[in-house]
Amino acid sequence: MNSPMETTSPGLWALAWRRLRTDRIAMVALAVVALFLLTLLLSATGIVARNWDAEIGVNYAPPTFMGAQSAEERGVQGMHAAEEAVPDNPRDPLADVIRKLRAERGAGAATDAAPVEYYGVVDPLAREIAEIRAELAKGSAATAVERRATLPLGADKWGHDIIQKTIKGSETSIVVGLTAALLATLLGTLFGALAGYYGKWVDDFFNWFYSVFTSVPYLLLILAVAAVLQQKGVLTIVLILGLTGWTGVFRLIRAEYIKHKGREYVMAADAIGASDLRKMFIHIFPNISHVPLVQMSILTVAFIKSEVILSFLGFGVPVGMASWGSMLNEAQNELILGKWWQLAAASAAMAVLVTAFSLFTDALRDALDPKLK
Amino acid sequence: MENNTLLGVRDLRVSFRLDKHDKHADFEAVKGISFDIPENSTVALVGESGSGKSVTSLSILGLLPPENASVLPGSQILYGGRNLLDLSSGEMRELRGKEISMIFQEPMSSLNPVFTVGYQIAEVLRLHLGLAPKQAQARVLELLNEVGIPDPAAKSAAYPFQLSGGQQQRVMIAMAIACNPKLLIADEPTTALDVTIQKQILELMAALQDKHRMSVLFITHDLAVVGEIADHVVVMRDGEIREKGSTDEVFRNPRDVYTRALLRCRPPLEKRPRRLAVIEDFMDPGKLPEEAQERARGVSGDEPIILDVRNLGKSFFSREGLFGSREFKAVQGVSFKLPRGKTLGVVGESGSGKTTVGLTLMRLHEATAGEALFEGHDILAMPKAEFKPYKRRIQIIFQNPYASLNPRFTVGQILSEPLLIHGIGGSDAERTRMVHELLARVGLPAASYHKYPHEFSGGQRQRIAIARCLTMKPDILICDESVSALDVSVQAQVLNLLQDLQDEFGLSYIFISHDLAVVKYMSDQVMVMHEGEVVEFADSDDIYLRPQHPYTQKLLSAIPKADDRIRRVTA
Repeated sequence: MNSPMETTSPGLWALAWRRLRTDRIAMVALAVVALFLLTLLLSATGIVARNWDAEIGVNYAPPTFMGAQSAEERGVQGMHAAEEAVPDNPRDPLADVIRKLRAERGAGAATDAAPVEYYGVVDPLAREIAEIRAELAKGSAATAVERRATLPLGADKWGHDIIQKTIKGSETSIVVGLTAALLATLLGTLFGALAGYYGKWVDDFFNWFYSVFTSVPYLLLILAVAAVLQQKGVLTIVLILGLTGWTGVFRLIRAEYIKHKGREYVMAADAIGASDLRKMFIHIFPNISHVPLVQMSILTVAFIKSEVILSFLGFGVPVGMASWGSMLNEAQNELILGKWWQLAAASAAMAVLVTAFSLFTDALRDALDPKLK
Repeated sequence: MENNTLLGVRDLRVSFRLDKHDKHADFEAVKGISFDIPENSTVALVGESGSGKSVTSLSILGLLPPENASVLPGSQILYGGRNLLDLSSGEMRELRGKEISMIFQEPMSSLNPVFTVGYQIAEVLRLHLGLAPKQAQARVLELLNEVGIPDPAAKSAAYPFQLSGGQQQRVMIAMAIACNPKLLIADEPTTALDVTIQKQILELMAALQDKHRMSVLFITHDLAVVGEIADHVVVMRDGEIREKGSTDEVFRNPRDVYTRALLRCRPPLEKRPRRLAVIEDFMDPGKLPEEAQERARGVSGDEPIILDVRNLGKSFFSREGLFGSREFKAVQGVSFKLPRGKTLGVVGESGSGKTTVGLTLMRLHEATAGEALFEGHDILAMPKAEFKPYKRRIQIIFQNPYASLNPRFTVGQILSEPLLIHGIGGSDAERTRMVHELLARVGLPAASYHKYPHEFSGGQRQRIAIARCLTMKPDILICDESVSALDVSVQAQVLNLLQDLQDEFGLSYIFISHDLAVVKYMSDQVMVMHEGEVVEFADSDDIYLRPQHPYTQKLLSAIPKADDRIRRVTA
């Protein structure tokens, strides 16, 4: 209750914020979401997780609390494993054969420094090759030294740090979720407003458009858009999700506009000579703005999950980019080998954000309850 | 005629929690009231909105919303030797519908639209009396017959939307009396109905009360209705009882100033004071109501005509079949001349087309026939762009001030918007000044500028709506049921304001209302509409004193005769 002395009154948003602030769960959820967004910001600006793709651990390095594992335990058959098995000449697969041949030709006669003649042919590049080999050996020895046996949350197949990869993956996934939700909400709101407000053939047209979109199976639609766009990338996923996800928002906004256009306050706006656009977006929109807001929040959660599914199916972010979806996709193969940490990290991050976001959305909807006194 | 007390309310206090985290923001809606309902009699609980009358009736039935309402300790509702407030919810359910039943204001929303009315009445019988389906069906027909529904067998198989408003309320009454309750609580049962239907329902309730020897607690804001039906009156204001006593006593000699004020705020039918009395006139003993002067009404015939409407028609088309459409004539053949500075009253019941006339003249609906000449130009035929300058000269005030103001705009924005759209006032500062002037003119404080509509009462909101129209300095103001949603005391204030504005600016009004007393008070000429057509058109005094058309006569005879009663008992 305001005292009569008060000259300004809190608007809708101020009141909603007041209600939201008294909701403890909402505030915790908001803090979690804010934390994710802060991490996103830091990672996007390169302050954290800039070198997430540096191979700082041995492949499949386990989390620190599990202790280091030997190569066999890790089940590694990659190139580093081969190196350890044949330490003296790791790069040349034919080294053993050559050595055998040399021995057959008679040991001692050959000098290492002089050009070697194999089968009567002098290798003109032998010296250069030897130099390169020596350098490579030095280099690989150096990385091998730096690679750590364990990392706080383990490493993936290439030895990327899971923590940094998850942070980077969160950035991609949240950016995709938010921008796609924004796009879908914008489209849905615009179409819904036009269809609901003008009615008649405009409504028929958009309804037809809506029916076509919703009658095609969702995955097929995604495949179609992906095929048209021709390239993999974050922008593509955003477009795919945004262009296919507006239908739900459209239906709700259209219904709201149909409901509101007959209200007396809109008639009153008409009576004072307000234009159609003015009635649609200055009069009606603020009265229904809670709908797109809550929808956008719901869509964000849905699209984060969709990105995961898309990446999992291989329509997601390109190789060389981390996202929760691509991490889960990799984890699919790792799980057979018992490498659960990448899956755990990506799932945990996603579950925490999605839960917090959903709880926040619920509270937001309650706080924005448009029942005014 | 009455002997024992059927139900006694003792020191009832109900409080509402407005903010679930703040105990201090509790609002006490009922502040310790006590009254008795004697057996076999009708008690009217009268009060304006916010007086706590509905809360009182809901607490008798134990129907208060449990999440935010609480009956404070010490309160008692005694019925049959028991305190109803101590009963368990199971015991209460047993009582509700069987011994105490209730009917509500909106019959349409109280009936379940997906069941037939017969089924819904039978449900009560099966639940409370355990009747078998056949017996129940027989009793349903009996009940429908009793509440005066023609052809009960056919109507019991009808769905609620197939019945008229009056019939729906009859069905609600049939449901309420199905178990022969000892007490019937009726919460504004006739407020949503037309005056002729209201009369029938009131007569029905009186007959049933007498026949079944039950008691009725009749809740209403309308003292005139009380005069028709009640034996006892309890007048409430702000959660307190201002006065209680037998109806005759209260009407003859109201002891409380508030009761006296309520009785006088309604525009009287037989005379026309310059200004209506408002509550403040009575509450402030130093002030005397200026009722003495009479206001002359009527037209002489040589006033300049500002709006000449000829043969106005509006049809709505509904699709039927593949290519066909069905025409519904909402308005046809309406012609009138509106003289400058005069008021044309339009009366009729719901569905008579009176609102459509107003909306069509504003071009909020497009007319399908006829013309409206405004200074010689047909405003119905001209293109929209050409109409815009005329739009600001014809303005409309809607019925519901809660719905006609955009809840997301501050009052300042609401009032500045028309100025912006029509380019009135050179600068923002100039416009702000104009808005403040208007706020003062309609009697609102300057601080209102930054507030939102929900912070105002109904009467204040209607003032904002009036101010919005005045920003454009219109010549014609259409008032579409503009005071119908307001409490009587507030109604009088708004009517006085409209009257003052007409005197000051020479506005012409088209005053649309179902309330004959209000139309009579405000109008120079009155047009009576029935089913889309004008049935009678004459000077307002002529209409009331010498009604020609049978429909007008019927309308007039249906007005609750509290005014007569006051006159009768005071004479």
